[in-house]
Amino acid sequence: MRPFDYVEPETLDEALEILAGDPDDTLVMAGGTSLVILMKQDLVRPERVLGLRRIAELREIRTTDAGLSLGALATHGALARSQAVRDHAAALAATFAAVATVRIREQATLGGNLAHADPAQDPPVTLLALDGVVIARSRFGERRIPLDALFVDLFETSLEPGEILLRVELAPLPAGARATYKKFLPATLDDYATVSVAAVIATDASGVCTHARIALGGAATVPLRAREAERSLAGRRLDDAAIREAAALAAAATDPIDDLRGSADYKRAMAGVWTERALREVA
Amino acid sequence: MSEHRIRFTLNGAAVDATVPAERLLVDVLRYDLGATGTKDGCSVGVCGLCTVQVDGAPMSACLLLATQVDGTQIRTVEGLATPLQEAFIDEGGFQCGICTPGQLVAADALLRAKPRATDAEIADWQMGNLCRCTGYYGIARAIAKVRDAR
Repeated sequence: MRPFDYVEPETLDEALEILAGDPDDTLVMAGGTSLVILMKQDLVRPERVLGLRRIAELREIRTTDAGLSLGALATHGALARSQAVRDHAAALAATFAAVATVRIREQATLGGNLAHADPAQDPPVTLLALDGVVIARSRFGERRIPLDALFVDLFETSLEPGEILLRVELAPLPAGARATYKKFLPATLDDYATVSVAAVIATDASGVCTHARIALGGAATVPLRAREAERSLAGRRLDDAAIREAAALAAAATDPIDDLRGSADYKRAMAGVWTERALREVA
Repeated sequence: MSEHRIRFTLNGAAVDATVPAERLLVDVLRYDLGATGTKDGCSVGVCGLCTVQVDGAPMSACLLLATQVDGTQIRTVEGLATPLQEAFIDEGGFQCGICTPGQLVAADALLRAKPRATDAEIADWQMGNLCRCTGYYGIARAIAKVRDAR
């Protein structure tokens, strides 16, 4: 690994000050699982690494009047075990529990995961379907970024130089909403998904869909909301025809890349299959 | 470029060291402290050879900057004195042995966190510790045996 300077401030204000001093040559580190590999492989060459681990307030997972607040330094393991997370949506806890292996889950954090913007990751998909909003702060103030505006391109986010991702907020779901996360793993259980799908559905007393969110992972250069598929379900009964139509629209919304986990055509087809399975589970 | 004074405990003994920012925990353990039970395998956090416990939680020492464990308690295979080692011998929980330290450290973390772990939980937890001799059945039997004896 190339040498770099490491700073580990005790407070958020201090961290923002350091970052503002040299935003182009400073990389922010949370758990470090991705950044350390990128540095080892010489894919990133920061002058300075800003470690957040001492800023305890960023670790908090708590229920607020506005819903659920998940701190950027909360680990995948802590989020998977959290009763507050399970109470909000069991599928979200299950999503964190489905990431890689126990070692990664104990070290890797929510904020690091989102800022890394790897489109094959699990948490962004379910958080998109739950209408997650990221709170980021720079020395000049705070900004709320809806999750689907955070992901710009492969490993690229809309965070501005000098901003640190503080937390994700989730508003309460509509009454009776059901959520699921499906991860297609044709090779090994600790792999990245070939494609993954999160679906959140609510229906009224007569079975008509009043709320639909469908999000896909591994299906493009960014985690994706399948908005047309969502719109196709609104106001309809979730019968076989509606589910098949939504699954086809979700597949059509994908723009996958060919890689070792499948060809683009295969991933597109699988996005349809797994969307259909997800919708059947929550319909 | 920057150097950092770090203090942690290794298997209960105090460590006070000065390391460059880019120094990895696995290298501090192996080269600075001579604790070579922790192996460096894939170097990207996949194989599990470098599994250590950081405040009880299993992590990959190849993915941790040494600065990240300042103030923590580290446990490695050298610090294990549990029935797990005997059970691995009795049940043939290894062949070549390269994965064994990581398997043991991971299994010890599991039984501390979940003393009544089910067989499925054992399989899920140990999933990230690869054994290329495919001794998985023996490993799973050994862990279950220790669980059942408690």
